[in-house]
Amino acid sequence: MTAWRFLVNGAPAEVEASGMRRLLDVLREDLGLTGTKEGCGEGECGACSVLLDGQVVDSCLVPICQVEGRIVRTVEGLSLAARERGSLDALQEAFLEHGAAQCGICTPGMLMAARAYLDAGGGPDDAAIREAIAGNLCRCTGYTKIVDAIAAVATPAE
Amino acid sequence: MPTRTLTPGTDVLDRALVVDPGQRVPGRASGYPLRREGPAKLTGAAKYTDDLVFPGAWFGATIRSTEPRAKLLAIELDPDVDWSKVVVVTADDIPGENLVSSIKDDQPILVPVGGEIRHVAEPVALLAAPDRETLRALKGRIRLVTERLEPVFDPERSDHVFAEYDVTSGDLAAGFESADLILEGEYRVGHQEQLYIENNAMIAVPGEDGGIVIHGSMQCPYYVHKALKRALNVSSVQARVIQEETGGGFGGKEDFPSVIALHAALLALKAKRPVRMIYERHEDIIGTTKRHPAIVRHRTGFTKDGVLVAQDIEVVMDGGAYCTLTPVVLSRGVLHAGGPYRCPNVRLRGKATRTNTAPNGAFRGFGAPQTEFAAEMQMNRAAERLGISPAEIRRRNVYRLGDTTPTGQVLRESVAAEEVLEQAVTASLFERMRDRTRQEREERRGVDAIPSGPLRTGAHRRASGIGLAIGWHGAGFTGSGEVHLASVASVELTADGRIRVLTANTEMGQGTKTVFPQMVAAELGVPVDWVEYAPQDTAEVLDSGPTVASRTVMVVGKLVILAARRLKETVEARSNGVPFHEAFRDDAREHGATRIDQRFEPYPGVVFDDATYQGDAYPAYGWAAAVATVEVDLDTFEVQVNDVIAVDDVGKVIHPVLCEGQVEGGTLQAVGYATIEEMKLDNGRYLNDRLATYLIPTAMDAPHIRSILVEAPYSGSPHGAKGVGELPMDVGAPAVVAAIHDATGVWIHDLPATPEKILAALHAGEAGGGPGVGVMEPAA
Repeated sequence: MTAWRFLVNGAPAEVEASGMRRLLDVLREDLGLTGTKEGCGEGECGACSVLLDGQVVDSCLVPICQVEGRIVRTVEGLSLAARERGSLDALQEAFLEHGAAQCGICTPGMLMAARAYLDAGGGPDDAAIREAIAGNLCRCTGYTKIVDAIAAVATPAE
Repeated sequence: MPTRTLTPGTDVLDRALVVDPGQRVPGRASGYPLRREGPAKLTGAAKYTDDLVFPGAWFGATIRSTEPRAKLLAIELDPDVDWSKVVVVTADDIPGENLVSSIKDDQPILVPVGGEIRHVAEPVALLAAPDRETLRALKGRIRLVTERLEPVFDPERSDHVFAEYDVTSGDLAAGFESADLILEGEYRVGHQEQLYIENNAMIAVPGEDGGIVIHGSMQCPYYVHKALKRALNVSSVQARVIQEETGGGFGGKEDFPSVIALHAALLALKAKRPVRMIYERHEDIIGTTKRHPAIVRHRTGFTKDGVLVAQDIEVVMDGGAYCTLTPVVLSRGVLHAGGPYRCPNVRLRGKATRTNTAPNGAFRGFGAPQTEFAAEMQMNRAAERLGISPAEIRRRNVYRLGDTTPTGQVLRESVAAEEVLEQAVTASLFERMRDRTRQEREERRGVDAIPSGPLRTGAHRRASGIGLAIGWHGAGFTGSGEVHLASVASVELTADGRIRVLTANTEMGQGTKTVFPQMVAAELGVPVDWVEYAPQDTAEVLDSGPTVASRTVMVVGKLVILAARRLKETVEARSNGVPFHEAFRDDAREHGATRIDQRFEPYPGVVFDDATYQGDAYPAYGWAAAVATVEVDLDTFEVQVNDVIAVDDVGKVIHPVLCEGQVEGGTLQAVGYATIEEMKLDNGRYLNDRLATYLIPTAMDAPHIRSILVEAPYSGSPHGAKGVGELPMDVGAPAVVAAIHDATGVWIHDLPATPEKILAALHAGEAGGGPGVGVMEPAA
């Protein structure tokens, strides 16, 4: 057992775990952040997507030893500023308005993939958005409303 | 939705099926309530079963067979293991009946020693341990001693029949006598996995009263409730079932949750502590139900003008190892097998048999996607053979008001087959696009269709095609199913002045939690936020039936509306006419709680005879059309579905955003069914039993889907609504396969239309015929 230190949603975390423990389990079980979901456990569905230093990763494939000293962002940290005002951030709001969340199990991962895309300056281009969320499976929506929601908050290309 | 103006020019044609980005309007839900549990789902606060914490809970696992058919001789526990630290459950530990309660009592909860194993991954024993490591280590120390028996995998060779139907109308022989064209075809569809992204999950907590509380992911709490009572010998109160946030169902959580809940409950009762049964994806795929594979054979007679005069249809479904819901899946499949077409002389035969694969069960469409695929293939092939446009041949045959179905049902109202057809044809510029793909085919003529020389490049490499299909879907349970269910839904004004809707109908993404309060608020004249939706907990709500069969809004929605009306009348009568929204708080203070329970009553004039299969098979039908455009890579034969226009008549749109969500999601599942979703088997074992090998469409595979909602109201519903959930699933696959034909000239009779099958069909030169497909043209 080793103590691993990293930042989660802006707050320091210290977890005693074997180095090969999955980041997904650390988040869900050790830190109680159950917003990150498990859909397949082998990096195919993207339900466990989180941001690691701003990059989307499948947290089921990341051993905790690789997280030492790094910055993790989960769905719970997506709208910290907005939640203090008791509301959703613009991306979450767009998902809600457009009907981009149905059963909701892919939604946290989908939001994280979308956040990374938007933070990297992604625009409202349909094909680019679809590529950005291609690692996140949704079985409910047919993706149309998800793409629409992300496009609605993307900054139009100059 | 306004129909787009037709403007000649390539640019418009290119973009005809593409949703104009300019149409995206942020805030589309405005005017309609936002998804009620949406904020919780969007912030990660929503608790799905695996998110729940029960201190001291153990982890459960299932010991499964590895053989498709065998006699179970013994269950051996490794003597070198200290088994006192864990709990093992076998059939001997079941206090009540060793049966998973369903239509027929044929499926054991656990195979008993001396009993017969009937499929790979069949549950034989259960194990619970305090931690996952112990669980994993000990799972492999339980050995099953078996004697192999000969398995059956071909449903046509099975001697065990689960159900059979034979529906006849008119005079088939005379019908074929009058035909100018007789077209035969054999179509095959395989297993399809529901692939909800949340795997099956149940947590069982022993109750203080000797009973059990189940928290889980499910569509139908009362199915689980009934299963617990029978197997555990507990009372209705001792068995309590609570649906937690559910990450998709699509039918996959209709009947199967009873199995996993029973397993969790047996372990929890023996361990005397909560037990978590959370499937991983691999286990969920190998152990749970799929869409029924089917073989559908058609012999169809047409006049030279393309008018249907005879349909002889035979449906064979593979039920898998146990009956589950197979009789009703087959029934729906058979009743929809002719497609939405008037035909005076019809014979519909159906048979479902037992094979040695995991039992097949409910999946969105419930038998209809299989048979309607075949019906639409026949119609498209007939159109081609007769030189009539696929749109025109449908115009000549679709059901219209006053037509009679093969069960003798007169379609007295709410018939929109023609309207969905015309809207789809118009919105997709169907005929113009067909002209263009025809021109492109002409240009390719002379160039070898099968790659034998150098690979193609550039524009020559991709062939585009467009395809059309239409369909129908009976709303609610088949025949007298709703009468037998006798659902009850309630609306309550609580003593502290809250308004609550109480039903057993679950939210699994489709929007129950949003539309029921919306409908009640509209009746009561109060803001929607004032109406609460009670939890789907059998200790709180009565049995309003399962959340299946596209019945929630139409059937249970009616009960909810009628209950709200009666509550309003009651309160307004007591307040001497003061409107409900002003009176209800005082009324609650004065009179305490008022709860109205509304029981299902048969739809007036709707009669079905289960014995003869004659009468009104469904109170009303929804109608759907889909136009798909595809591009086929002529080197690799990969199919990209570019666009789908989906037109669906739902009777009345209660909530446009949620309704479109159903249409778009169902359409993509149908596209997956048509193109990539394939379950391969070897000796009864699914070969692609993980998400890395069973593929579903990603955002990049998905077409642009444009949904057009049509409203042909049904008078039996106070709001006019019919069903929506299953409707789009029936038409997507045949539209895609027709588009592949338009691009390549070959018909794929066997879903999914994989590159291998397209290549094989091109090699076989199957443009008109092919194996199992015949055409007879009597001399004129």
